[in-house]
Amino acid sequence: MTLLGNFALWAALLVGIWGAVLAFSNRWHGRPEIALSITRSVYAVFASCVVASVALWKGIIAHDFNMEYVWAYTSRNLPSGYLFSAFWAGQKGSLLFWAVVLSLFATLAQAMTPRRYAPLLPYVAGVTSAVTVFFVSVMLFSGANPFERLPFTPADGRGLNPQLQNPGMMIHPPMLYLGYISITIPFAFAIAALLSRKLDTGWIHAMRRWMLVSWLFLGVGITLGMWWAYVELGWGGYWAWDPVENASLLPWLTMTAFLHSVMIQEKRGMLKRWNLSLVVGTFLLSIFGTFITRSGVIASVHSFTQSNVGYYFLGFLFLIAVVSYTLLYTRWPLLEADVELESMVSREAAFLFNNLLFVGIAFSVLWGTLFPILSEAVRGTKITVGPPFFNKVNIPLGLLLLALTGIGPLIAWRKASVQNLQRQFAFPVGAGLVVTAVLVALGVRELAPLMTWGLAGFVGGTIAQEFWRGTRARIRMHGETAPVALGRLVGRNRRRYGGYIVHLAMLVYFVAFAGMAFKVQREATLKPGESIELRSPFGHTYTFTHVGISQFKQLNRYVSAATVEVARDGKPDGTIVSEKRQHFTVNELGTEEASFEPSTEVGIRSGLQEDIYIVFAGAVNGTEEAVYRFNINPLVWWVWAGGFILVFGGLITMWPGGGTPVASRRNAQPGYGVELATARQGAE
Amino acid sequence: MLRRAFLSFQQDTSQSATVASPRAGQGDVGALFNPDVAGRPRAPTLESDNDVVVRNTELKLRCNCGCTLDIFTCRTTDFTCTYSPALHREIVALFADGKTSEGVIAAFVDKYGEKILMAPKPEGFNIAGYVVPGAAILTVGGIVAWIIRRRLQRTAEQALDQSLAPLPGPGVTDAEMERLRRELAEMEQ
Repeated sequence: MTLLGNFALWAALLVGIWGAVLAFSNRWHGRPEIALSITRSVYAVFASCVVASVALWKGIIAHDFNMEYVWAYTSRNLPSGYLFSAFWAGQKGSLLFWAVVLSLFATLAQAMTPRRYAPLLPYVAGVTSAVTVFFVSVMLFSGANPFERLPFTPADGRGLNPQLQNPGMMIHPPMLYLGYISITIPFAFAIAALLSRKLDTGWIHAMRRWMLVSWLFLGVGITLGMWWAYVELGWGGYWAWDPVENASLLPWLTMTAFLHSVMIQEKRGMLKRWNLSLVVGTFLLSIFGTFITRSGVIASVHSFTQSNVGYYFLGFLFLIAVVSYTLLYTRWPLLEADVELESMVSREAAFLFNNLLFVGIAFSVLWGTLFPILSEAVRGTKITVGPPFFNKVNIPLGLLLLALTGIGPLIAWRKASVQNLQRQFAFPVGAGLVVTAVLVALGVRELAPLMTWGLAGFVGGTIAQEFWRGTRARIRMHGETAPVALGRLVGRNRRRYGGYIVHLAMLVYFVAFAGMAFKVQREATLKPGESIELRSPFGHTYTFTHVGISQFKQLNRYVSAATVEVARDGKPDGTIVSEKRQHFTVNELGTEEASFEPSTEVGIRSGLQEDIYIVFAGAVNGTEEAVYRFNINPLVWWVWAGGFILVFGGLITMWPGGGTPVASRRNAQPGYGVELATARQGAE
Repeated sequence: MLRRAFLSFQQDTSQSATVASPRAGQGDVGALFNPDVAGRPRAPTLESDNDVVVRNTELKLRCNCGCTLDIFTCRTTDFTCTYSPALHREIVALFADGKTSEGVIAAFVDKYGEKILMAPKPEGFNIAGYVVPGAAILTVGGIVAWIIRRRLQRTAEQALDQSLAPLPGPGVTDAEMERLRRELAEMEQ
């Protein structure tokens, strides 16, 4: 299998180089057979990467511990589901995963892009092949080859890190990877547009859905990462401003900025330079995230994939930045706006400031992430930049962004009149004020949550008003019933109303985040039968009674399960179990050995108002007397609900159909169809 | 890597069922069947472990085990860490000596260096850390607003100039005016 895997990697490398060199040589102009060869090289790279991936999976499933990667990340007793996810559990496997997924996306981009954009496709193939070649080169030439063999064959592997033995880890990393990797496709279209000088809205139409896919995968990946941290790490939260978390947030922020500003280019022919800069910047941030994750240059809890390959990514990052921005500079005069902004009080201006804020928040997160390095370079002193710093700097910016989420849709395109503003803002502002007043009456005094929920009321008012007015207009015009009118309103304006649903998801996220300001936490040592009481922020009194600790063997681990009986306001409310797990492997003598430090499984009861979160910290002197940490975490369920709403809104937005903006049809640049005919003739 | 044999469980290594004979302790505080697999032994919780002032102080100080977490989060999360419980005891002792929260933090900075703080003190070069993002956004926002405003003014002036431009004078014939009207009407259709 290692021979086949190595052969496949070399094939991917050589064919990828062939495709990239041909694409950038420009020899395919008027030579359909060369254009076809470039396309086929993309398919061949994908096929090679698939063969390499199958070879690795075969080695994992067959427990071929002579393969260093299989030995390092699996064991004979590893549950089969985690054998599957072991593919991307380590540095080398994740690089191969990246290469195979990128080559798949490159293939799909070639196969699925409408033929009218055919003149862009050879350049797109060139960029995707070049990036794939980089990843394959890192595997082959930097000591990150997943097909490396050991000089001997161990009886068993080291096993998978227990923290990665969680269902979330089977989908969270792939989702994030899919998000990161798919950013390459919009980037490839941007570079293709620059190289071909076809800088109208054509390249945007060709790549917009890819950007949405990438944005959605990354958003889902981030949310799943929060869920994994919450259920697996056991610290009672879901976001710690860890550098690797920050690295995933950065491209998501710039992509979100792009998805707003691209509307201005499509509708009004403005912000062309800005949009190209954002696409290039987003790709650079995805590579930067990979560098942060794999270099260990900044301390992070995600330390299981660090090595010196990070510096290859740093070199690649600089190369791509220089080439892309130089290309952008040379095309600068071709990117003049079609029209100019007509008023500071317009949808365009609101989007412009929304973009400024998104990019500003991204800069703020990047600045905080890199500030320890900067400080050490300037002052020679090591410092830590943790959650208190990020919260202080980013909460005000986040609140401003939340406010703009509500303001943007209320302002008219081109120029808003005073009457228009009064009519549009009255209800949302009223909703925000009512929510704030109710919360104050209920005794909420903390400023940040109060402002968050007040603004959430305002944004909710905006969204509700948009849906209500649209639905009412359909009822009046077409005589439809309310549900039919609502369904058709969304179905026929998917981008707009899908976007509002995404805004709703953001609102839900913010509301849930603010809830954590009221979490209750207490440590206690309890003998069987002893209880502790905690009062929740929603006014419920919980009684937790320690039942006992049972021990048993399960799959590849020994489990010590501590059971707690819960009563809410004096009424029995079931039991919650938290566990200590000691994983083991079997050595050459058939003896069991502890494979990792003991891990903790949190006991969670999730509810609409609050989560009960119980952590079994350990037993006192080997007895059933247990040390617990009890948390009551308000509104956490809504974070996951926000994730589902995000997916729902995102899918509506990217669903095919919904019409093309008038301005973009008007500004369509001729030429795509002509070359298409040539390419087809050649292919035939 | 920690290597420990589990001789007490040898009889059942082949079984992979989900539950194999749960064995609870005996009596009120009965002994565990195998304490070796129940994680690091714990000392009973003290009142100081739940003290809000201690907790808030620990949230501002970093554990030096390399985990990147603050002391409170580390000691209540990674129960294998030996650093954070020791640092917690040190903090409790400093409070017991009569130090305030600020005094404890200052003592930790003296002993472990500035890196022990979860967020840098806003003084000297560190001020840049706090101020630069906001200042950058305000500066860029201000510049963008200024450029837009200037362009809008210029556009308005051009529009005014056009509106004040002389109407077609005697040099324009009636036939030309008629043709202009006709073409404008066609355009509007």
